Amino acid sequence: MSHTAEAHHDDHHDAPTGIKRWLFATNHKDIGTMYLVFSLVLFFIGGAMAMVIRAELFQPGLQFVDPGFFNQMTTMHALMMIFGAVMPAFVGLANWMVPLMVGAPDMALPRMNNWSFWILPVAFSLLLSTLFMPGGSPAGGWTMYPPLVMQTGDAFPFLIFSVHLMGMSSIMGAINIVVTIMNMRAPGMSLLKMPLFVWTWLITAYLLILAMPVLAGAVTMLLTDEYFGTSFFNAGGGGDPLMFQHVFWFFGHPEVYIMILPAFGIVSQIIPTFARKPLFGYDSMVYATASIAFLSFIVWAHHMFTVGMPLAGQLFFMFSTMLIAVPTGVKVFNWMTTMWKGSMTFETPMLFAFGFLFLFTIGGFSGLMLGITPADFQYHDTYFVVAHFHYVLVPGAVFAIMAGVYFWLPKWTGHMYNEKLGKLHFWLSAIFVNVTFFPQHFVGLAGMPRRIPDYATQFADFNMISSIGAFVFGASQLLFVYIVWSCVRGGEKATQQVWEGAEGLEWTVPSPAPHHTFEVAPEVK
Amino acid sequence: MRERFRRFIPSAVRGVIVFLLAIPAALADWEVNLMEGVTPISRDTFELHMIIFWVCVVIAVVVFGVIIYSLYAFRHSRGAVPDTSMLHSTKMEIVWTIIPIGILVAMAIPAAETLIRIEDTRSPDLTIKVTGYQWKWHYEYLGAPDDAFVKNNFGFFSNIDAASNAARQVDSGIDVYEIEHYLRNVDKRVVVPVNRKVRILLTSNDVLHAWWVPELGGKRDAIPGFVNEMWFLAEEPGVYRGQCAELCGRDHGFMPIVVEVQSEDDFARWVTEQGGAAGGGPEVVVDAGGAMTTADSGDGGAGSSAAVDMDMSFDELMTRGEAAYLTNCSACHQPNGQGLEVGGFPALAGSAIATGDLAAHVDQVLNGKPGTAMASFAYLSDADIAAIITYERNAWGNDTGEMIQPADIKAAR
Repeated sequence: MSHTAEAHHDDHHDAPTGIKRWLFATNHKDIGTMYLVFSLVLFFIGGAMAMVIRAELFQPGLQFVDPGFFNQMTTMHALMMIFGAVMPAFVGLANWMVPLMVGAPDMALPRMNNWSFWILPVAFSLLLSTLFMPGGSPAGGWTMYPPLVMQTGDAFPFLIFSVHLMGMSSIMGAINIVVTIMNMRAPGMSLLKMPLFVWTWLITAYLLILAMPVLAGAVTMLLTDEYFGTSFFNAGGGGDPLMFQHVFWFFGHPEVYIMILPAFGIVSQIIPTFARKPLFGYDSMVYATASIAFLSFIVWAHHMFTVGMPLAGQLFFMFSTMLIAVPTGVKVFNWMTTMWKGSMTFETPMLFAFGFLFLFTIGGFSGLMLGITPADFQYHDTYFVVAHFHYVLVPGAVFAIMAGVYFWLPKWTGHMYNEKLGKLHFWLSAIFVNVTFFPQHFVGLAGMPRRIPDYATQFADFNMISSIGAFVFGASQLLFVYIVWSCVRGGEKATQQVWEGAEGLEWTVPSPAPHHTFEVAPEVK
Repeated sequence: MRERFRRFIPSAVRGVIVFLLAIPAALADWEVNLMEGVTPISRDTFELHMIIFWVCVVIAVVVFGVIIYSLYAFRHSRGAVPDTSMLHSTKMEIVWTIIPIGILVAMAIPAAETLIRIEDTRSPDLTIKVTGYQWKWHYEYLGAPDDAFVKNNFGFFSNIDAASNAARQVDSGIDVYEIEHYLRNVDKRVVVPVNRKVRILLTSNDVLHAWWVPELGGKRDAIPGFVNEMWFLAEEPGVYRGQCAELCGRDHGFMPIVVEVQSEDDFARWVTEQGGAAGGGPEVVVDAGGAMTTADSGDGGAGSSAAVDMDMSFDELMTRGEAAYLTNCSACHQPNGQGLEVGGFPALAGSAIATGDLAAHVDQVLNGKPGTAMASFAYLSDADIAAIITYERNAWGNDTGEMIQPADIKAAR
């Protein structure tokens, strides 16, 4: 058996090495690695922009940057983090782990896989190049609301084109994941035997396929409004500036779940592993994920309660938004019950999963509050909203990604990472993410709008705390790079199973996972 | 494992104690909560906010309590053995689906009631049309001959106050703590009567804005081409401050809103001062400087000026021009006329427009420059435009010596 496997490997020894290995990569592990490295780079670029924002907000008055540049930073920070850091990180994890988890030798469409990755550096080079253009980068917010976005200078077509490219990359990535999961599962692995990470990614991929073309349509209409004389969103020409917001958030709300469902999946892999007990209520976890995905398409207007919708519309979107709390609650309760009467240890992935569980839930509570329309009239566009979505995205999505990286890093590299440093990284991150974002609830409630470079003096104290938290949180992430780097370089040898409680096909291949796995499909049960 | 945990405890406990001690101080000195406000709607909203907040707190205590207990009780290091006898329970799934739905329904009913009241803008006692501009607000009081307070329309622009505006420039060197109501003060306040239903009609001249004074209740977007409605009824006289809440470009952070709630008598007197009390006359336009002028058009601010017939001296034009320039133009072109390269805003000092053909200069100010952030400023009075153009052609070493009169602007419109 092992002899045949080795003989087979020899066929691939003429595979390209050096730069060609990456440029022409079709191997899901290589492409997954590229996605992850890319997202880490963008995480730091977006993070540097956040540092500029927090430095300016450290005290009232304008100390460092022009207000126009500040708006460029908030806009670019969001675009970098959403499309450059969080989404590619999840796609990278899917590339690495989905074939390993379903027992497939590779992704179904390897060449398209290469293409969907290599579009991304091009898209982000275009977008980042606008920083050096006359008029600077887009500064109208990542939501690109017209008419303001029409005031973007030379950067405008670059913004539209790069968003198109990001969308194409995501759609191709999503198609690849759907086809892989639907067609390449090992014999015996029925849909309801798939690991939850695979399930959440399957649903996420459908969300991507449904939502990204809507964004492409919205930005194309912006483009024709600017250059081809149409008036989709121009009231002066009979158009409707509000229609953009409806179309955008029809994409934008599913997008929110695109960034959180795979995180649910990762946490659902990690908690059972370190609780040494299978996931409680597997079926209802799957159904809850699907319900959230469905609901995500009928709640979009809660992002725009203040635009002056008819009362009936406001009531509908308030009720549908509140409903999302139900399946989300089901997930939290199931994780809670999974830990009940388990036997838990607290390695770094588990710590990050706990961080996720507590802090994402806090983000969920503020989300519920925001769903109450009359209260939203006060919260809308304040720092309360900023606090809310950073709670679900940083200790939510980003913590889950980091949990996943620590969880699977030994499988990827064949080495254990430095557990002590990993725990230090967790505690620094968990404490300072709260120092950064918790006070933002307070300034938001007290009346500080978001996206302002300077503020009235009553907001000064909490802003200073928030900035200090952000600087330490940002610096702590350098530790993450060091831990990953040193784990790639060497360290204690990882076993095949890596974690005592780990179950699933990915733990049946050696560590590090060889370049080609499951060339002979494994039999599931 | 336990050893490490034990070492962690003292420092964690100390941190928690410091934090808990800080809470009462924070509550006393620092705003941490929504303002209750002074209108029935803001009070209802505050109540909803507190209910949903405490609901969240109770759920958090239960859920986090169970998780934290599990963290303690079911640790591998305490010898916990996993109990895999129960891995799913339809009964439990139903329970934790039904209970949240019940809580949500209980929440949704009062929320819907409040929402219905918020949307009821019928029979107001006073209507003010608010128009957002980059980056100031225009207020127009809509009058009617049989109206209790306002017999004929009058309006004015409301800009950020000069002190805040000077202090907020990059590296201004001014201590913002010395400025009273830094960034929350205006050159001219909106005045409304106490205990009267005030309806706000909201629209915009350029991009999206949002009008928000927290103590008067929620916010609403100002959208070009649309008219949105909102209302408030302030129950206590006083001064209430807010600001634009929807990103509207470079100076989004610098368009404050100040509403002064006065007794009915004071308000009536104020309306008379503004020229809004005399029935049936032409619209009266009051500019931010306080000079009252009579407009012959009914379209809000874009009136001509009483100064039309009289020539202004060069010095008059320059003085008025500097003030009007600082209010209307300096956000982009900067107080020193040097523009702002990072924003794509050109310098006026030594520029072809400001030192070249006078007619082209007038045209640019009146009609804007398509495809750029330079909007039309035709809504300013003839006198202001004449003053601004004269100022721009003679300040910062432009020294053309040329001046233009309000009558010429009127002719060029």
